[in-house]
Amino acid sequence: MLTSFRRIIRSAWLSFCRNSGLSIATVFIMIMVITLVTSLFLLKKTTDFLIIKVQEKIDVSVYFKEEAPENDILALRDEIKKIPEVKNVEYISKEEALEIFTQKHEGEKELLESLAEAGNPFLAHLNIVAFEASQYEAISNFLNQDSLQNIIQEVDYYQRKSIINNIYSITSNINKAGIILGLILGLIAALVAFNTIRLAIYSLREEISIMRLVGASNWFIRGPFVIQGIVCGVIAALITLLLTFALCYFFSPKIMTLTPDLNIFSYFTGNFWTIVLIQLATGIGIGVFSSLIAMRRYLQV
Amino acid sequence: MIKFQNIAKIYPPDTVALEEVSFEIQPKEFVSIVGKSGGGKTTLLRLLLAEEKPTKGRVFFDDVDVHRIKKSYYPFLRRRIGVIFQDYKLLSTKTAFENVAYVMEVMGKSEEEIAKAVPQVLDIVGLTDKANNFPAQLSGGEKQRVAIARALIHRPDVILADEPTGNLDPYNTSEIIRLLVKINETGTTVVLASHDKEVINSLRRRVITLEEGKILRDEEKGRFIL
Repeated sequence: MLTSFRRIIRSAWLSFCRNSGLSIATVFIMIMVITLVTSLFLLKKTTDFLIIKVQEKIDVSVYFKEEAPENDILALRDEIKKIPEVKNVEYISKEEALEIFTQKHEGEKELLESLAEAGNPFLAHLNIVAFEASQYEAISNFLNQDSLQNIIQEVDYYQRKSIINNIYSITSNINKAGIILGLILGLIAALVAFNTIRLAIYSLREEISIMRLVGASNWFIRGPFVIQGIVCGVIAALITLLLTFALCYFFSPKIMTLTPDLNIFSYFTGNFWTIVLIQLATGIGIGVFSSLIAMRRYLQV
Repeated sequence: MIKFQNIAKIYPPDTVALEEVSFEIQPKEFVSIVGKSGGGKTTLLRLLLAEEKPTKGRVFFDDVDVHRIKKSYYPFLRRRIGVIFQDYKLLSTKTAFENVAYVMEVMGKSEEEIAKAVPQVLDIVGLTDKANNFPAQLSGGEKQRVAIARALIHRPDVILADEPTGNLDPYNTSEIIRLLVKINETGTTVVLASHDKEVINSLRRRVITLEEGKILRDEEKGRFIL
């Protein structure tokens, strides 16, 4: 058993070296497939990140009437906090609103002077952030109930409704398109790799039937081919790992000049083992699966 | 030991290779099968190896119907038969040494046994200095001798030799035939398919003559007559 296993490994390695042209071609095709799968993984992360960034920019504000008592507002805030869809609620009093405005427009003397003359025109309000853009409708419905109308001046969801809905549909479409595109590209790449391996095995079909005729069992024949598939997969995965490392390392600073919060390189190092696993699994999976399928008909002798 | 029973083999659509062929081979026998090329000699050997199925009839090896056993048992059947194929059937990605050693590896023999037996057999067929050559680097006769070495190495119960001297010069031919006779004398059954008149006549053993897929003659101490 152990002898057979050792022989299978040795035979696989010899054949990998002797058919080096074919092996290198297979490794190259696999590199392309694994690169594609890895970049889909990184791309998914990037789009998720951008979608979250955009969604974070959306919030709904509820403005309260001048005469609304602060206690009522704080009570309402606590109640809103209990809604499961709500991620965060922030209370901004009349005074704080004025302060924020003043800070924002520091240096614009005329504006601030005229503001000082008019007194504080701002209203106390709550900034509500939901987990997802689709949830604002429900939150604004809650705020619309009659019992609250005596303290609420307005909910600005209705002015921003179309923007929020647009963002929602764009982000969900990007997600869907990403998944579909990923599946199609992955499928094409896997087919190309499968075909390369199939051709490699086709060129050795005579050998396989001879092995059968001199009394080799199916596993003794399959073994070296499967292990060659694994060797190709592992080599391709390692090369791709180096490639992705280099690409992330060199391009990450360039991407960060566009979106400072998106650090692909630290994402790469943070998910290093996941990426290694994905790459190895893709390479070995394609190698083993393709050679097993491609060999089946030649083992019928 | 080997029994062909009412064998017919028809290749679609209507090429008749064998028709109503029945004969038996006893253990330790040396049988020559002669006939024109295309006469069905190779088909007979293929049927015994379970490489092909007969259209009709049954083939027995040690009372086991070769075509009724499971595919996963074929290796065990084939390990008992050493075949010298007409077209050599060498593994092109392996050297002469590895080709011969492969049969022993398949059978799970130890490295020591292989290291000892393979050079011996290569010496017998006169290929010691070509052990590390690939089949593509060997001449027709050399390839044939590798095929012979591979058929002998694991001391099978039966040796099927399909035109084993087809590519050899007269000197090598008589060497190989002498080798086959010697192997037969140690108790191995030998089935020799050939159309070499001199070889068959010098053997003075049983000869089965096939013509157009039928047995024309089956004689003890037969001669090559067509």
